[in-house]
Amino acid sequence: MKSVIVVGASLAGMRAAESLRREGFDGAITVVGDETDAPYDRPPLSKQVLAGEWATERIALYDAASLADLRLTWRLGARAVSFEAASRTVTLADGERLAADGVVIATGARPRTLRGAEGLAGVYTLRTLADSLAVRAEFDAGPQRVVVVGAGFIGAEVAATARGRGLDVTMVEMAETPLERVLGAEMGRVCAEVHADHGVDLRTGVGVESITGAGRAEQVVLSDGARLEADVVVVGVGVVPNTDWLASSGLEIDDGVVCDETCLAAPGVVAAGDVARWPNRLFGESMRVEHWDNAVEQGMAAARRLLAAGGATEPFAPVPWFWSDQYDRKIQLAGRSGPDDEVVVVTGSLEERRFAAIYGRAGRIVAVLGFNRPRHVMQYRRLIASGATWDEALEFARSQS
Amino acid sequence: MSYRVVVDFDLCESNAVCMQVAPEVFEVRDDDFLYILDETPGEGLRAKVDEAVRRCPKQAISVADG
Repeated sequence: MKSVIVVGASLAGMRAAESLRREGFDGAITVVGDETDAPYDRPPLSKQVLAGEWATERIALYDAASLADLRLTWRLGARAVSFEAASRTVTLADGERLAADGVVIATGARPRTLRGAEGLAGVYTLRTLADSLAVRAEFDAGPQRVVVVGAGFIGAEVAATARGRGLDVTMVEMAETPLERVLGAEMGRVCAEVHADHGVDLRTGVGVESITGAGRAEQVVLSDGARLEADVVVVGVGVVPNTDWLASSGLEIDDGVVCDETCLAAPGVVAAGDVARWPNRLFGESMRVEHWDNAVEQGMAAARRLLAAGGATEPFAPVPWFWSDQYDRKIQLAGRSGPDDEVVVVTGSLEERRFAAIYGRAGRIVAVLGFNRPRHVMQYRRLIASGATWDEALEFARSQS
Repeated sequence: MSYRVVVDFDLCESNAVCMQVAPEVFEVRDDDFLYILDETPGEGLRAKVDEAVRRCPKQAISVADG
């Protein structure tokens, strides 16, 4: 392998490029990214950057010296528009064609938008630094009312940050309970209560019918007929993987780039991060994971896979994990929780909003949720990684109390 | 070459990823604070420490000479 193209200059792609160098790869690495900013870290975009606490320089993924050490050839502000897997040829928007022995696909995902609201000023999604700075500028201007659409983790963090800035926040959620499909109804209710504790007006079980206004958002009309006055609307209703450019690539696309269990999508082609779908042996299911930690881990695994070529390869089988900081709570989830799992609180209490709860399904521990309990989350994450049974997990919980 | 583990506690948010990667070196206790169990863990743990550096969501861990 003499040359590699990394498509996607965010966390997964950059960790892949970094890993290639660390593993001794000395060939050319070209990094293609559609944003013009140098690679940066996204989690602070809904928190410290949006809060106005951090200057944008603080979210750089690398300082200039370590970036130079990686010896990368850059194509920033360049969108990949098509790909041919057989020849590993990437075509950019300006017509340039790049070919290499190996390709890392790390194009991430983009936010879903609300149909009909595209042309209105004051309506935002939050994914990029530009998005964050635009919403921050709106917050700086001191709006009267912020409406957050979607009570998932991004929406929840935006709501928390806006409340921290003293703004009025209404959050609208289609489900009866926020996050119930992920955490189950009981834990979803705890998330809802945290928002209520902090003065968010949470409307659940309602959708957004339309957003109206003369050029700029003025009202959010809900499916129950309510009309919310809005100066700023932030939409956080999920993301879709960026695979449009791969439509005629010869790769299998199914809500992400379909890989084998070693992150390989085709000979010499690997995928990592939000865009990659692969069978995770530990959970016996095909998954696509949109977490920071997975971008890091899978970026490294994909790079190693590329260099291994036909040699020994190990399956990528992590316990997915993420954190979400809201108000003074650090919420962490490790594993694969579902609405029908058995849930047991193993430490702390829901009332004090400081606890760890484990999720069991089919005789195994499949997930752990923590509210300000990082130590316990990591302990149970290790247990999940070891393939522990539900009884073993409960036994471990008893031994700790 | 010997090395020393350094944590920027202004950045650390006690996510405890480091504890998962290198429990010999890092421990987040019940008070939610991170404690460094061994500042000079030696070459045998270097790979784990390096992984903890890379996996820290706050980039709060670094390695210094000596």
